[in-house]
Amino acid sequence: MLASIQRIFRNGAINFYRNGWLSTATISIMVLTLLVISSLMILSITTRVAVETLQNKIDITVYFSKDATEDKISEVTSELNNLGIVKNVEYISKEDALSKFKERHKDNSLLLQSLSELDDNPLPSSVNIKAKDPSNFANIVSFLESGSAKDMIDKINYYENQTMINRLTRFISTTRQLGLALIIVFSTVAFLVSFNTVRVAIYTAREEISIMKLVGASNWFIRGPFLAEGFLYGLIASIVTVAIFYPVLSFASPYINAFLPKADIYNYFKENFFQFFGIISAIGVGIGVISSLIAIRKHLKN
Amino acid sequence: MIVFENISKIYPNIVALEKVNLKINSREFVTIVGQSGAGKSTLLKLLTVEELPTEGRVLLDDVEINSLKSRDLPSLRRKISSIFQDFKLLSNKTTFENVAFALEVAGKSREEISETVPQVLELVGLKNHFNVFPHQLSGGERQRASIARALVLRPDIIIADEPTGNLDPLNTWDVIRLLVKINELGTTVILATHNREIVNTLNKRVISMDKGRIVRDEENGRYIL
Repeated sequence: MLASIQRIFRNGAINFYRNGWLSTATISIMVLTLLVISSLMILSITTRVAVETLQNKIDITVYFSKDATEDKISEVTSELNNLGIVKNVEYISKEDALSKFKERHKDNSLLLQSLSELDDNPLPSSVNIKAKDPSNFANIVSFLESGSAKDMIDKINYYENQTMINRLTRFISTTRQLGLALIIVFSTVAFLVSFNTVRVAIYTAREEISIMKLVGASNWFIRGPFLAEGFLYGLIASIVTVAIFYPVLSFASPYINAFLPKADIYNYFKENFFQFFGIISAIGVGIGVISSLIAIRKHLKN
Repeated sequence: MIVFENISKIYPNIVALEKVNLKINSREFVTIVGQSGAGKSTLLKLLTVEELPTEGRVLLDDVEINSLKSRDLPSLRRKISSIFQDFKLLSNKTTFENVAFALEVAGKSREEISETVPQVLELVGLKNHFNVFPHQLSGGERQRASIARALVLRPDIIIADEPTGNLDPLNTWDVIRLLVKINELGTTVILATHNREIVNTLNKRVISMDKGRIVRDEENGRYIL
């Protein structure tokens, strides 16, 4: 048993070596496939970062009336947090609002002067709400307007920004869907190309397969070396892919960062090197072995 | 003993074999003659279960081989070795590896392989060609390599389907002499050929086929068609 497993691997390795050109061609195609898949990973990560950045820029502010106490506002805040669709609530007291206002208009002496002539702080306290998903803002607003807090709410800036929020929400979900569609289409194409290449490689050996059967080889004895070959294709292709991918990414990374300052793609891949290599080699070996398994089935019948 | 019992093989529109009855004893040397399309190859393919009969049974030592499960075929094919007109050597394996392959599939040990293969290659006259690939051998050498592969497992039966069809006269006689020697050592040999000279010189049992039927079956027969 052990001897035949050894033989199977040895025969696979010998075939791999002797069919040098075919192996090189097959591996090149698989490298292209894996590079496409790696690029799709970058696409997926950058899309995610871009969407998150955009989402973080969308918020609504609720302004409270003058008689709203801090206790009541913190009650509203915790109710909002319990809703489950709110990502973050930031309370801005009257005093905070005033100091922010002063800071922002510190060059406008006329404004500051007129402000100091007032007895009272004219600015309302407010909360700033970010939703987990921008499409939830409508629900949050209707919760506030129908709940216990509705009397102390002076104004919600949702309606002024509603068109903008909706447009951004649509943009985000379109971007996500488009990204997903691209990933599905291109990875399917890549898989099929690789699969067919392996199939052609095995097709060229169909004569050999029938001879092996005539000599009395069991199906596993015939299949084994081809699977070992497929394994080698995948493994070598993934090593080559990683060897190409990192230098190219380190070159391209500044350009990506120019668009998305928050996404340090190169560092991300550097930190997750083993995970990335694991995924790529699993995909490569998977394509190699499974394609071989499927392709050889036809030639082993009868 | 091999028994073909009322065998018919019908392809769409073509009757390849029609009600063939035939017995071949073990250790016999049988020549099957007939023109192309007479049914010789089909008959032989029934023995290796490359084809199944449309009707009838093929028995090998009382086992009905036409109803064997596909997982039992490899061990059958290690008992019945074949030699072909086009040699059917594995093109990306060396002579040594081609012969060793037959032993590998039978699960023989490495020691046994490295001992037996050189002996058999020497027997067929290829001791200087261990590490060359089939395309580097001449036709006669290739056929001897394929005979070595057929021999190495000491099969009960060797089937030779036009083994000399691609060879010059000198190599032809080398191959035939080898087959006779193998037969003398106790292996059943079934030789299909349309070489009149071989048949007449051998002076063994001759089965003549025509249009899917056996038309003549004679001990010490001659090529008459």
